[in-house]
Amino acid sequence: MRITRQGVLDTIQDLGRYGYQYLGVNCNGAMDKFSMQLANTLLGKDLNSPVFEIHFPASRILFEKETIICITGADFLPTINDQPVPLDRPIAVSKKGILNFEKMQTGSRCYLSVFNEIKLNKWMNSYSTNLKSGTGGFQGRNLLKNDVILFENGLNISKLLHEKDFLVFPWKANDVVDTRNEIEFLIGSEWHWLTKEAQETFQEHWFQITNEADRMGYQLAGQVLEVQNNEQLISSAVSFGTVQLLPNGQLIILMADHQTAGGYPRVAQVVTAHLSILAQKKPNDVIRFKMTTLEEAEKKIVNQKKYLLQLQNACKFRMEEFLNAHL
Amino acid sequence: MNPYQPYSIFPLGDSALTIDFGNFISEDINKKVLQLFHHLKTVADKNIIDLVPAYSSLTVYYDVAFLHHPEKTAFESITEILERLLSQRLDLPQHQINRFEIPVCYSKKFAIDIDHLSQQNHLSTDEVIQIHTSKTYKVYMLGFLPGFTYMGEVDPRISIPRKPTPVKLPSGAVGIAGMQTGIYPLESPGGWQIIGRTPTKVFRKENKCPVLFYPGDEVKFYSISEDEFENYQARRT
Repeated sequence: MRITRQGVLDTIQDLGRYGYQYLGVNCNGAMDKFSMQLANTLLGKDLNSPVFEIHFPASRILFEKETIICITGADFLPTINDQPVPLDRPIAVSKKGILNFEKMQTGSRCYLSVFNEIKLNKWMNSYSTNLKSGTGGFQGRNLLKNDVILFENGLNISKLLHEKDFLVFPWKANDVVDTRNEIEFLIGSEWHWLTKEAQETFQEHWFQITNEADRMGYQLAGQVLEVQNNEQLISSAVSFGTVQLLPNGQLIILMADHQTAGGYPRVAQVVTAHLSILAQKKPNDVIRFKMTTLEEAEKKIVNQKKYLLQLQNACKFRMEEFLNAHL
Repeated sequence: MNPYQPYSIFPLGDSALTIDFGNFISEDINKKVLQLFHHLKTVADKNIIDLVPAYSSLTVYYDVAFLHHPEKTAFESITEILERLLSQRLDLPQHQINRFEIPVCYSKKFAIDIDHLSQQNHLSTDEVIQIHTSKTYKVYMLGFLPGFTYMGEVDPRISIPRKPTPVKLPSGAVGIAGMQTGIYPLESPGGWQIIGRTPTKVFRKENKCPVLFYPGDEVKFYSISEDEFENYQARRT
């Protein structure tokens, strides 16, 4: 695969890097892990296989070898050789196929999984790109023009393509995009530092995602929240979804490239299952926080995992069957 | 008697929990945190995904889907597992502590904030250097960037609050923030008051273990001249 036009921030990501946070090495990983796994699932691949995380304006990608791809997450109106192609479905792409993304329609990050294994080295047990230290992913950085990403193994699907530019496979995932604005949260360890009024404001008012919104975190704009004490917090671990109260009374939600530790009060924590919804928001979108319980939050994680594993099993089977029948 | 008492456990969202020993910096408590960290690392429970030690707390990331049980939450299950492990009196071998002597060039060329610090704290720059190099510091924790150390505690005479606005810093910048001192492993924006720069690479991405210092290590600084700094850098390449 050759990058023929550079995107604004396209990187290789997987489910993230765990086991080295004690050395300050942050997790990274896909922002929208549900869509990232879905892209792998529909190709029958391991859920944790590395994928391309693509922002808009996106890279233009030339396929120098034929393969099967799947695009999920944000809808950037993908085309192959100027023909629109669908999201959430495997697509065989011919040699010389050019994948382009025309317009930012919905969401803010899309995921591209490729059936062939991509030739990459793991760094500290993960393929995710760590932009800060220039490690992981593809040469530790975002993809640039003329980068060539190689496959480990070949795949001969010319019989399947019959000289067409691409072929859309018959199976797909339905209604997977959740665009709700109500984001569920659990109270954080410093929730009680907020005054009663601030706790109510947190749950009743809308908060707007500012332009300071990237893979590290989303700064929110909303009514100022007051604390009832002046205690200083010493640094301890924070995670993807931690909602911190900044000294100016505004909030920041830590995202996939967050630091391993922080010292601002952790007033809330977005539930894991809703991080993918949040990851598709963009500056100026508004959200409201809705309190939930640990039981409910855990149930959502388990259900999401079950859904992905069942779909993965079915797709793996269908992929083998389909390729056997057509090759 | 539980050797780790007293502590409290609270959830950090739905996939991690923090074992907290109190909101303050103390060498004894940090020792406890690191002991527990190594203890849990040795046990290598398959439910545990990651362990993040900090000044006075240890955060445990766990696999919710794997721990799923119809009658109790994954948080309750992992808490039970941890309480059991916490109550065991294990005679762990003392974790190896590495001791480092790190060269720092305190010349004004690198020490962009040393004048500010000496004025604020009524010291000469020589005194600041002398005080900073006179003590062995403990690496309490890492965070902020891969390989960034939070070391302490500095002599109160050279303690100074961090800057209100971060500035761009080179790798190797040595700074002070409150009672902490540390080295920027990578070029990065940073808010610590910079009093020098080390030619030692504390983060080497090409190494199997890219990070020089581990939590619990001990570091002493010594002063070098600009010429020596250049020599170190030349020798490295």
